[in-house]
Amino acid sequence: MRGDSASMKVLRPATADEAVRMYARAPKALPVAGGTDVMVLWNAGLLNGRVVLDLWGVEEWRKIRVRKDGILIGALATHARLREHPAIREKFPLLSEACATVGAEQIQNRGTIGGNVANASPAGDTFPALAVYEAVVHVASAKGRRTLPLSQVFAGVKKTALAPGELIEAIFLPMLPRRPDRRVFRKVGQRAAQTISKTVGAAVLFLNKDGTVEELRVAFGSVAPTVRRLRAAEDALKGRLLTAASAEEACGLIERDISPIDDMRSTREYRLRVTRNILRAFLWS
Amino acid sequence: MIKLKVNGRTRTFKGAPFTRLIDVLREELGLTGTKEGCGEGECGACTVLVDGAAVCSCLIPVCQADGASVETVESLGTPEKLGALQEGFLKEGGAQCGICTPGMLMSATGWLRRGGGADAASLRCAIAGNLCRCTGYQHIIDSVVSSVKGRKRARR
Ligand SMILES: Cc1cc2nc3c(=O)[nH]c(=O)nc-3n(C[C@H](O)[C@H](O)[C@H](O)COP(=O)(O)OP(=O)(O)OC[C@H]3O[C@@H](n4cnc5c(N)ncnc54)[C@H](O)[C@@H]3O)c2cc1C
Ligand code: FES
Ligand code: FES
Repeated sequence: MRGDSASMKVLRPATADEAVRMYARAPKALPVAGGTDVMVLWNAGLLNGRVVLDLWGVEEWRKIRVRKDGILIGALATHARLREHPAIREKFPLLSEACATVGAEQIQNRGTIGGNVANASPAGDTFPALAVYEAVVHVASAKGRRTLPLSQVFAGVKKTALAPGELIEAIFLPMLPRRPDRRVFRKVGQRAAQTISKTVGAAVLFLNKDGTVEELRVAFGSVAPTVRRLRAAEDALKGRLLTAASAEEACGLIERDISPIDDMRSTREYRLRVTRNILRAFLWS
Repeated sequence: MIKLKVNGRTRTFKGAPFTRLIDVLREELGLTGTKEGCGEGECGACTVLVDGAAVCSCLIPVCQADGASVETVESLGTPEKLGALQEGFLKEGGAQCGICTPGMLMSATGWLRRGGGADAASLRCAIAGNLCRCTGYQHIIDSVVSSVKGRKRARR
């Protein structure tokens, strides 16, 4: 069975207000942003007969606003724009780097940050960067607006904590206190492009003047049902010098926070080992 | 009613708004240069430019292209007068079975339009979303490089 366009009813809001009002009236509607997740399912005939809430025309959700306290990224900002946006490249380079690895050019030109988050795949490539930057998700419904820390948005594999009628309107990245001393983004998949991550990680490191760790923030995706900060490793290194031994100790703690599985793309053992290798190389090389 | 500019001509579409762009192009407008390989965004055979950006026409409901400008492989040249990129593919053997070729041509067009050049590493990245089961890619890279060089020579 293929997608049957005649079976679909399409709602086409032009403003955010219209979008949340239409969604309130049709709570079973399926939001579509860039469609790079939705259309794959639709083409396979899995979404026939649905009402679709086409968000693509909501111009105000395309905006990227650079403020003193952070950058507010409209939910409809595409990976291609985030990959190239000068202020994001400067202040939040891990996000630009991550967006540049989502699918390939065609997917980056359509896929949105809001769609990536709402889809809540364990392998969403922007999530480690968003977790490290402690992103705040702005949500809107006909009843009003609220914000959630990224860590509270994901409820499980492909599940979010959005209530019925809620849409993601923006993602806020608070400015870091200063430029990190080190950062890394690594995605490991079957090939360099158009690939689903076996493991994907992002980290920033702030060092004290004496070389001890002031703060480490590190997050990995594809190694648990949702993106995870490696809190045990982060805490273990606080205030300590980075040495071969302390880095190894941190690498030994990753299973406190992640629990990779065997699946068609990789094995638990491979994912653990590569995740450890990425962390070790970042901390001590 | 949905209005598109396709290869410079204004077209209207009165069918179901969730019809895929590729189906409107091929079946309503008879522009069969655009191919469907996978229907999943993986292969890039269906690549067209929408407002100048390379996208998979199999992943776009036509209502999302309302008011947009769409360019397909048919815009690049005619059998009598091929475009520079097409000449490059002919000269360097960039096409074998040809199924991937329209998509390759459109990805390369999008890349060159964005100011991309002929450096092979970034070209490989620009066409990473296009699969080819025949050429092994090197001839495709050579084709684009050759057309860029040809164009520079023509300008001199
Ligand atoms: C070939 C291919 C390769 C891919 N490669 C990658 C990859 O490497 N890494 C990766 O992370 N992803 C990848 N993806 C998945 C996808 O491209 C991304 O998740 C993308 O960011 C989705 O955004 P979208 O706007 O296209 O979402 P859509 O398909 O429009 O929507 C996705 C989901 O989110 C919901 N939704 C969308 N916007 C909102 C909103 N504002 N509020 C509430 N709900 C919303 C929809 O209802 C749907 O459930 C790939 C997809 C394809 C087809
Ligand atoms: S047919 Fe669209 S990407 Fe394969
Ligand atoms: S020439 Fe046959 S798939 Fe590329």
